[in-house]
Amino acid sequence: MYEVFQQFLNPEIISKVWLYLLKGLGTTALLSLMVVPLGLASGLAVAALWSLRKRWLNGLLIVYVDFFRAFPPLVLLLFIYFGFPFVGIEVPAIVAVAIGFLLNTSSYYGEIFRAGIESVPRGQWEAARSTGLSWAQTMIGVIVPQATRNVLPDLLSNTLEVVKLTTLASVVAIPELLNAARNAQALTYNATPIVLAALMYLALLWPVVRLISRLEHKAVAVR
Amino acid sequence: MELDRLLFTFFNPEIAREYWPDIAKGFVVTLQLGLATIAAGLALGLGLAMARSLQLRVVNWAIVFFADALRALPPLMVIIILFFAFPYAGLPMSAFTATWLSLSLVLAAFSEEIFWAGIVSIPKGQYEAARSTGMSAWQTLVNVILPQAVRITIPPLTNRTIAITKGTALGSVVALAEILGSAHSASSLAGNPTPLTLGAVAYLLLFIPFVLFGRWVETRFAWKR
Repeated sequence: MYEVFQQFLNPEIISKVWLYLLKGLGTTALLSLMVVPLGLASGLAVAALWSLRKRWLNGLLIVYVDFFRAFPPLVLLLFIYFGFPFVGIEVPAIVAVAIGFLLNTSSYYGEIFRAGIESVPRGQWEAARSTGLSWAQTMIGVIVPQATRNVLPDLLSNTLEVVKLTTLASVVAIPELLNAARNAQALTYNATPIVLAALMYLALLWPVVRLISRLEHKAVAVR
Repeated sequence: MELDRLLFTFFNPEIAREYWPDIAKGFVVTLQLGLATIAAGLALGLGLAMARSLQLRVVNWAIVFFADALRALPPLMVIIILFFAFPYAGLPMSAFTATWLSLSLVLAAFSEEIFWAGIVSIPKGQYEAARSTGMSAWQTLVNVILPQAVRITIPPLTNRTIAITKGTALGSVVALAEILGSAHSASSLAGNPTPLTLGAVAYLLLFIPFVLFGRWVETRFAWKR
């Protein structure tokens, strides 16, 4: 038991690495602050384009969304990061992450917002337009607020997935939490940094999981 | 001219011919890993949801704890724990086992929640009616509740399963020679991204049918409001 403790939660190693891991956690937070708004905005754009109801445009959007939902995000990231330098385009890791996440998350957020917009009764559009609001005003002022409320659990749950996905940035050597934990583990020959990083993720994301669970069960109960 | 160069770099026929067998081998590994993950993850998830419907307090706490923890942890973090931390406890495992086990546990956590939501959504009267005809609790669960519950869970379950199965690519981080792993090492060997392109195509071949199936299922089994 003592042995296991020494290997997995060694106090000496904790005191050595916790600051380093905390810095990694800061990077994870910054990454999330970059990719979540990017994903929300681009997803909303995808859904807004969809609700223009242009047949050719919707065809293109389905292809776009399905293409990037079929693609594992790590494949996308490595393709951008390792592929483009071969044609002389150096892509910094952070830019590769931004582009890869944008393409991936815009498809998921796009589908959610689309479902939300479609859940708003047609009469809301007609009423808003008949009061003289333009298409854009109707969209922004009337439809999107209701749509967002209707799909809030899905939005939140997808956002949690995106935050968890930032661990992929460790593969292209961005020093976020998982990357920091791996480095520290390699230096200390001890599993403590990995366990510590896992505990940090749990401490921060567990409440979010609980919240999503409650929202989802409430949504089921209402039906 | 520019386009020619781009094509020649990202899809070089000679390099494609040389390395496609590697990618094909990776394809088989990904396929096995994906199928094994889906089978184990969904079976465990359904089993846990059924156990939860027994309403035993301690069992429920354990299940909720498990489901919450594995939904909060990033899948790559779980793989890293199993592959890099478990050997310190004298439990080394292969990259395939670590990836399979991690993804199966994550899928089990998510599918347990989805199955459970489905079970809860069935009106209580169904349960009472079935019991009053003389069915046992188990018979009621299997013959009355689950057939209705599973039907509602199919759309969210399909999407979640696709998302988690795509995580097979994470195995490349622990040097598993699945599609991405083979493509990445082949492209470093060849000094050319063509194997990565092949890998990307392989993933699309594998997952596009899944995504289209998910889309079909979504309309087919949509909630009738």
